[in-house]
Amino acid sequence: MSEEILLKAEGIRQYFTVKKERGKKALLKAVDGVDLEIYQGETLGLVGESGCGKSTLGKTFLRLYPLTGGQIWFHGADISALKGKDLKEFRCKAQMIFQDPSSCLNPRRRICEILEEPFVIHGLYSREERQQKIRELCDMVGLSHVYLERYPHEMSGGQKQRVGIARALALKPELIVCDEPVSALDVSIQAQVLNLLQDLQCQLNLTYLFISHNLSVVKHCCQRIGVMYLGKIVELAPAERIYDHAVHPYTQALISAIPLIEEGEQEGYQRPERKLLTGDLPSPIDPPSGCAFHTRCPYARECCRQEVPALTQVEPGHYVACHFREEVKKAWNIQV
Amino acid sequence: MQVIKDIWKQKNFMFKLGVFMCLAWVVIAVFASVLAPFDPVKDQDMLIRFQPPSGEHLFGTDSLGRDVFSRVLYGSRISLSAGVVTVLVSFVVGILFGGIAGYTGGLVDDVMMRISEMIQSFPPLILAMVIAAALGPNISNSILAMAIIWWPNYARLTRSIVISVKENDYITASRLMGASHLRILFKEILPNSLGSMIVMATLDLGNAILMFSGLSFLGLGVQPPLAEWGAMVSDGVLNFNYWWIATFPGLAIFTVAIGANFVGDGLRDFLDPRMRRRA
Repeated sequence: MSEEILLKAEGIRQYFTVKKERGKKALLKAVDGVDLEIYQGETLGLVGESGCGKSTLGKTFLRLYPLTGGQIWFHGADISALKGKDLKEFRCKAQMIFQDPSSCLNPRRRICEILEEPFVIHGLYSREERQQKIRELCDMVGLSHVYLERYPHEMSGGQKQRVGIARALALKPELIVCDEPVSALDVSIQAQVLNLLQDLQCQLNLTYLFISHNLSVVKHCCQRIGVMYLGKIVELAPAERIYDHAVHPYTQALISAIPLIEEGEQEGYQRPERKLLTGDLPSPIDPPSGCAFHTRCPYARECCRQEVPALTQVEPGHYVACHFREEVKKAWNIQV
Repeated sequence: MQVIKDIWKQKNFMFKLGVFMCLAWVVIAVFASVLAPFDPVKDQDMLIRFQPPSGEHLFGTDSLGRDVFSRVLYGSRISLSAGVVTVLVSFVVGILFGGIAGYTGGLVDDVMMRISEMIQSFPPLILAMVIAAALGPNISNSILAMAIIWWPNYARLTRSIVISVKENDYITASRLMGASHLRILFKEILPNSLGSMIVMATLDLGNAILMFSGLSFLGLGVQPPLAEWGAMVSDGVLNFNYWWIATFPGLAIFTVAIGANFVGDGLRDFLDPRMRRRA
């Protein structure tokens, strides 16, 4: 991981118009003001419960939606308004790995056709060279060449996910958004795919934005972790820090929800107190005023209902969006 | 050729039967003048009207003493082409229209769908009559009129399938590769929507033939005394006591429709790799 910034986002907002009953239209604020920097070669984890906007944020970085607000820089160049040819060029540099391997491959095409597609679209290489490249891609992701003549439905989930990874690598991207790449797979396959992703990262100097709701997976492979709640990043910190010194009450609740193996307790390990959250995620169509988390926060006070807390640095590289960050920080300083 | 071989290799008896039935009707239509023992129009003889099937008149004779067998053979020419052309034109137009509406969405979708609903809000036969009458009653105009009222069915079905198909991740993946909208629509979305469309088209073939005969019955399609199956069925309905007049052209429509159905089912299975049986 270097200090060079690969992707920088400022004030990203991504709203969608949704139809409510009686033809009324409403704004769904999927992502609402996110500032983020992704460093070259790192794996940045993004966690949060379903519907908090983490996938949308990933897709926004890939310019799959027209931005509602904010700006994105890739290698220092503004990509937030790219169109046509320039956008097509940017597509080579940023790709995505999908959650559901059975839905990410066109069921009517054979694997070789699917893998050839990126080269065809960009008019790269001759026919023979493409075949050669496809084989190289297969070797890279550990997929036997016999699968090239098969259709997606004739393969297992793990194999399909490898095809999805191979396709994402075809155009030699620098950034890959992994949208829950293992959550649809068997546990045994999960480990294989995660290791594959890590190997590829070393080989090809890739940068990952790793979206997941599985905290143990994120811990295993990310250097930094961002926690999202209702379209905003509430805490951003190096991975080891977030597990031991989470400041935001939401992060604390998430961490305390990680299941632990009982034996750990016998070795003098004190299981941290389980912090249960009550209530559901509020609707992003009509988010709560002030700090979006105040409806479920056990420490919420009057100022939380009125003021939106800014994402502020509490320690080097550790950012928190909470009014009481200093108090919490003091609290765990005493503990440590 | 390879494709045809591949299709034929499918172990699907019904499909082969359907192909056989359809091909047989095409051959009959082409060689009607060779196969028919009588002229369908000129050989009238009021003395032998309403004769039941016999060795000389295989399917009997109708109210004007014409040979029903010959008329069924000749009728295949007009009926088949009217049905096929109508379905084909509405199939292509409907898929393009519905595909664009479903893929684009938003205002474009709304406007395009309202247009198709305008056509669908009229009773189909009556609208076809109006159009055919306005254009002038002849065969090509009634085919055109039928295509005009027929395509919205395909447009609506295509649109709904396209809307569900375009949510798949492979469409997003294709966009991420930098594929153009046309490429996504024609290479990713439509091939995955074709299955049910083809089945619907083959099911519609029989309907189209029947509707065309309805128009003919009303004097807007085929003008008597030309032989056409639908018109012959109507003729048989008027002369209800003589069963053979309506039965044989009815059977002809039935065999074409069911043959087309078998072909459609087979094609759908072939086009969907998930349903394809290993040859």
